[in-house]
This record gives sequence, C-alpha cells and structure tokens, in this order.
Amino acid sequence: MKIAVCVKEVPEAGSGRRIDPATKRLDRSGERAINAYDLNAVEEALRLKDADGGGEVVLISMGQDKALESVRKALAMGADRAVLISDEAAAGSDLVATSKVLAAAIKREEADLVLFGQAAEDSDGAVLWSAIAERLQLPVVSQVSELEVAGGSITAKRQTEFGYDTITSPLPAVLAVSDALNEPRYPSLKGIMSAKKKPQDVNSLADLGVDASDAGESGSRTKVLDLSPPPSRGDTLVLEDEGGSSAEQLMAFLVERKFV
Amino acid sequence: MSTLVFLEHRGDAIQKGSLGVLSKAASLDSDTSALLIGSGVAGLAEQAAKYGAAKVFVVDDASVEKPLPQPRVDVIAALVGQHGFDNVLFQGSVLAADIAGGLSARLDAGLNWGLGDLVMDGGELIGKRSALGDTILVDVAWTSTPRLGLIRPGSFEPTESPAAGAVENVSPQLQDFSSKAQITLQTTEESSGPSIEEADILVCGGRGLGAPEGFGQLEALASALGGAVASTRAVVDSGWYPYPTQIGQTGKTVAPKLYIGAGVSGAIQHKVGMQSSQVIVAINKDANAPIMTFADVAIVGDLNNVVPALTKLVQERKG
Ligand SMILES: Cc1cc2nc3c(=O)[nH]c(=O)nc-3n(C[C@H](O)[C@H](O)[C@H](O)COP(=O)(O)OP(=O)(O)OC[C@H]3O[C@@H](n4cnc5c(N)ncnc54)[C@H](O)[C@@H]3O)c2cc1C
Ligand SMILES: Nc1ncnc2c1ncn2[C@@H]1O[C@H](COP(=O)(O)O)[C@@H](O)[C@H]1O
Repeated sequence: MKIAVCVKEVPEAGSGRRIDPATKRLDRSGERAINAYDLNAVEEALRLKDADGGGEVVLISMGQDKALESVRKALAMGADRAVLISDEAAAGSDLVATSKVLAAAIKREEADLVLFGQAAEDSDGAVLWSAIAERLQLPVVSQVSELEVAGGSITAKRQTEFGYDTITSPLPAVLAVSDALNEPRYPSLKGIMSAKKKPQDVNSLADLGVDASDAGESGSRTKVLDLSPPPSRGDTLVLEDEGGSSAEQLMAFLVERKFV
Repeated sequence: MSTLVFLEHRGDAIQKGSLGVLSKAASLDSDTSALLIGSGVAGLAEQAAKYGAAKVFVVDDASVEKPLPQPRVDVIAALVGQHGFDNVLFQGSVLAADIAGGLSARLDAGLNWGLGDLVMDGGELIGKRSALGDTILVDVAWTSTPRLGLIRPGSFEPTESPAAGAVENVSPQLQDFSSKAQITLQTTEESSGPSIEEADILVCGGRGLGAPEGFGQLEALASALGGAVASTRAVVDSGWYPYPTQIGQTGKTVAPKLYIGAGVSGAIQHKVGMQSSQVIVAINKDANAPIMTFADVAIVGDLNNVVPALTKLVQERKG
C-alpha cells in the first residue's frame, strides 16, 4: 500500500511563536520542529505499511528549504522518502493556495491513502484535508481515533460534538488522524543515521506545474489586516516543583481562596 | 450584501451556537438566509425565522440524512452559484470545519476560522480571531467573495429577531465522490452519576497521567476536595475515562469555581470548554505547555509527586 503523509514544519512551542508585524506572517526564523500532531499520521502510515507487508510511505510538505531538517525526523521514524515543495512564490499562502499546491504534489503520487495530522500547531485550522480531498475528488474522514484498513476500504471511528461516528469509505481516501489514534515511536539511532540518505526531493511550483500566481499572496483569498495584544488575564503564579515541594504553596493558595 | 448561515442540527434541535451565528449575521446584514440540510428537517425552519433568517433554504432528503461534509459542500456550492451569496458562515464544529474546507477549495473562496467576532467596517466584513494559542488578536479579511467564515464555538448567543423566514425547498445534486464515505453507526454515551457541569471543583486528567490507572490519584484528590473528575479527549478516545467526563469542543463546557488540570496540555479545543473557570491550576512537567499561559497557578513538575502530596495535605486539614 502506498501512503502519502502531509507533514508541516512549525515554530517550536518554547521559542515564543509570533507573527511578524511587518509582513503579518508567522515568524519562522527561530527554532523549528515537525508539527507534533503529524507524527501520529506518520506512525499510522508506518503501521499500515507493516501490516500490509509492503508499500511506501511518502512525506509531503510545503515550506522553506530548511524545513527538510524537521521533516527528516519522520524519515528517521521510518518513512521512505520526502517531497518538499519550496518556492519563494509560495510564501504567505492561505488555505486556497496551500491546498492547490499540495494537491498537485499529492496527485502525482497516486497514493492509496493520504494522511494528515489533527491540526497544525501554528495555524490551528484543522481544515486543510477537506480542501485537499475536494481538489483530488476523494472521500474524506477527519478526527480518526480508531482505524481499520481491509479489503480496499477503511473503517474509522471518530468523536464529534454529539458522540461517536463510525464511517466507512473505499480507498483511495483522505484521512486526518486524532492524536489519540496511536503513540508515535521515537526514531532509533539507526533510523536517524539512515534518514539522511533517504530520497528527499525539493520541488518548485514550476516542477509541479502550478502557476506562481495561484500560490503565495496572489493565490490567497484572505488577508491579515491588523495585530493586537489579547486582553490580559492577570498574572500566573509559577511554582517550580521538586518531588512534591510545591504542594504546600498550592495548599496555601487553595486555603486562602477558601477552596479547602 | 447577502449572507448564508449553515445551521447544524441534531435530532429536532438546531445547535444553539448556529443560531447565535445566525442572529449575529442578521444584525450585520438584513439579507441573511439560513440553510438546513438533513432528513426530516423541514420542521426546523420556523426556528430559523425567529433568529433572523429572511429566507430559509431547506434540503430535506434521505441522501443527505447523515452528518457528512462532502454532500453538504455540493449543496452549498450550488446555492452560492445560484444566489451569489457574499458570505457563508458556520458555527465551528467537526462537521462545519470539513464542509468549509471543502467549499473553500471548490469555490476558490477564502476561509477564515476561529473567528470570535465579526464587524462591519465601511461596508467591509472583518473577522476577529485570536491566534497562536490566544497570544495575539488578529483582524482578518477576505480578498474576494464568497467569504467563508468559521465562528469559534460559544462566540455568539442566539437573540430573537423575527424575520420573514420564507421557506425554499432545494433538492440535492451530489457529486460521485461525495457519497463514498458513509456513516454506518452513530452512538452517544449518556452520563450516569453526577455531571461535571454541576461540580464547583473539577480535577481534570490528561494524557500526562500515563495510564488509565493514573485516574485513581485524581479521584482521591477530587474526593478530598469535594469535587468531580473530568478528562480530555485524548484520554477519552484512548479508553482511559468515559466520554461524559470530557471537557472541550466535542465534550462539555464547564465553568467551575476551581479547575485543576493534571497532565493536560491545554490545547485550544480543550480550552474552549473550560476557559470560564474562575481559578485555573495547572500541573504539567512542560513549562511551555499552552495551559501554563492561561493558568492562575502553573506548577512545573511531575503530577505523580504533586497530586498525592496535595491530596494528603487536604485530607489532613479536613481531618
Ligand atoms: C476538532 C477537534 C476537537 C477536539 N475536541 C476536544 C475536546 O472536546 N476536548 C479535549 O480535551 N480535546 C479536544 N481535542 C484534542 C486537543 O486538540 C488535544 O489533542 C487534547 O486536548 C490533548 O489532550 P491531553 O492534554 O490529555 O494530552 P497531551 O496534549 O498529550 O498533553 C499531555 C500533557 O501532559 C504533560 N505531562 C506528561 N507527563 C506528565 C507528568 N508526569 N506530570 C505532569 N505533566 C505531564 C505533558 O507535558 C503534556 O503537556 C480536539 C481536537 C480537534 C482537532
Ligand atoms: N505546509 C504544509 N505542508 C504539508 N502538510 C501540511 C501543511 N500545512 C498543514 N499540513 C497538514 O494539514 C494538517 C492540518 O493543517 P491545518 O489545517 O493548517 O491545521 C496538518 O496536521 C498537516 O498534516
């Protein structure tokens, strides 16, 4: 079975994510990492490939050239190769533009299954997969927390605002997985060593046959007008705990507030 | 300007949040229509009129009975094609996000999500959203029509503003690929026991508990404090704790006097269900976890040390 997994590089949580007031785009100059939720999709792809006894797991990403550094973590986990779409003209792409570019890259792969993480930590959109499924004209199921693949179709369980749905669909299909689906493996030392040698293609928009005007800001249909600080919420009392040492202070706080 | 609001329903009730979006839209644009899609939904049109829909489109058909996104993309795309709506708005939900994403690609229409407010500025629609884990407020707009918007759950209360509510029935024309995914089972889990919505003190456990057994220590703390135990989606979906105890977008919305999160990261979908708690205490070994930015007391440490120690102190004091 051939599985394409969409993975994104995001600014690291600890590095203070910010939007650059000048460009009104996310500042991607600091520490970066692969979007943690995408590792659940990578893990699932690896398990499905194993269970199937063969096939290929291809990572697809759109981002800066240096995004390959983050994508390599998924190669180290065991994915077979990576395709990075990197082009100056694609910077600042919104959902319309991103889905157009990524759909073109995914289409070339003719995968049986296209997997996504549950959301990108920097955008929190949780909308890309359905845009891609639409462009590929494939069925889509999101928030998958249990998955079975057999006989050319999938059965997925997912939680919604009302409880649980069980959904079936024939392959090929587009799925977004929940972070409860599995526990992503840690790359082994051997995996890390071999990751560098695995095929990693960096493609431009022209390589994909996507017109530059369909990407980046010219291909986008939304814009950011203004940035402002959020209303302040009052101070956080931070307690560093050492073996339960903070319990006394927390207790004092709870007593003072009359919770105990 | 004209606006279409998608109304999500379950059984014979329209979601309160959807009606909130409808009232808001009607307050900004008198030419606001509502859309109901499902099987046996015709009777719900009256409610839509009460909250400001000048017109209600009703798609009542067995082929769109189950809450799947792709058939709804087909229906809405056709309506936009026929009536040229400038805005199409949704209350954010699992279903609505998937519809809006698909529609964005179908129509090459801009989608802004997570909107906490909508305002008109010189005839232009502007959305307000908080981004990057609520660390910044962003004003967003669209560069073409239709403008698609997903409203953050709980942003608008429904307010009655009766409108004509003329009903127009529409029959669905579905694409081949839109009907491939099928819902074979829908289940709900009702809670037995006291509801987490009623407790003044909630002790919430997340994946940081490490195993289902981890909930034992939270139950001990909750019982010492006279509170109840709640949970995150990650632990519910992993089968560690029952769904009726889940807080968040797809769980319950709670507003206790005290919320203690142990091993909870505080993802935005969890936060929307508990941000109205009066006092928030977080115990997390990661100082960078999102919950640490909105907690009143943030303990950086191992819950397996903090929780038992605190439980002991509370028990001692209560005697
Ligand atoms: C459409 C949609 C709807 C969703 N609806 C909901 C919802 O209703 N409710 C909900 O909760 N989530 C919901 N989610 C999921 C949400 O995005 C998060 O994935 C989820 O809340 C994470 O749960 P968690 O905090 O238990 O796990 P994690 O995010 O894995 O966090 C575990 C935390 O525990 C900490 N930790 C680990 N070990 C220890 C230790 N020994 N001591 C102290 N701390 C420790 C870690 O540092 C980490 O911060 C939804 C997601 C989507 C996309
Ligand atoms: N630039 C990108 N390149 C590859 N995959 C992406 C990109 N952006 C988002 N994704 C995928 O889409 C999912 C949802 O993203 P979003 O809709 O932005 O929250 C992520 O978990 C990734 O799997």
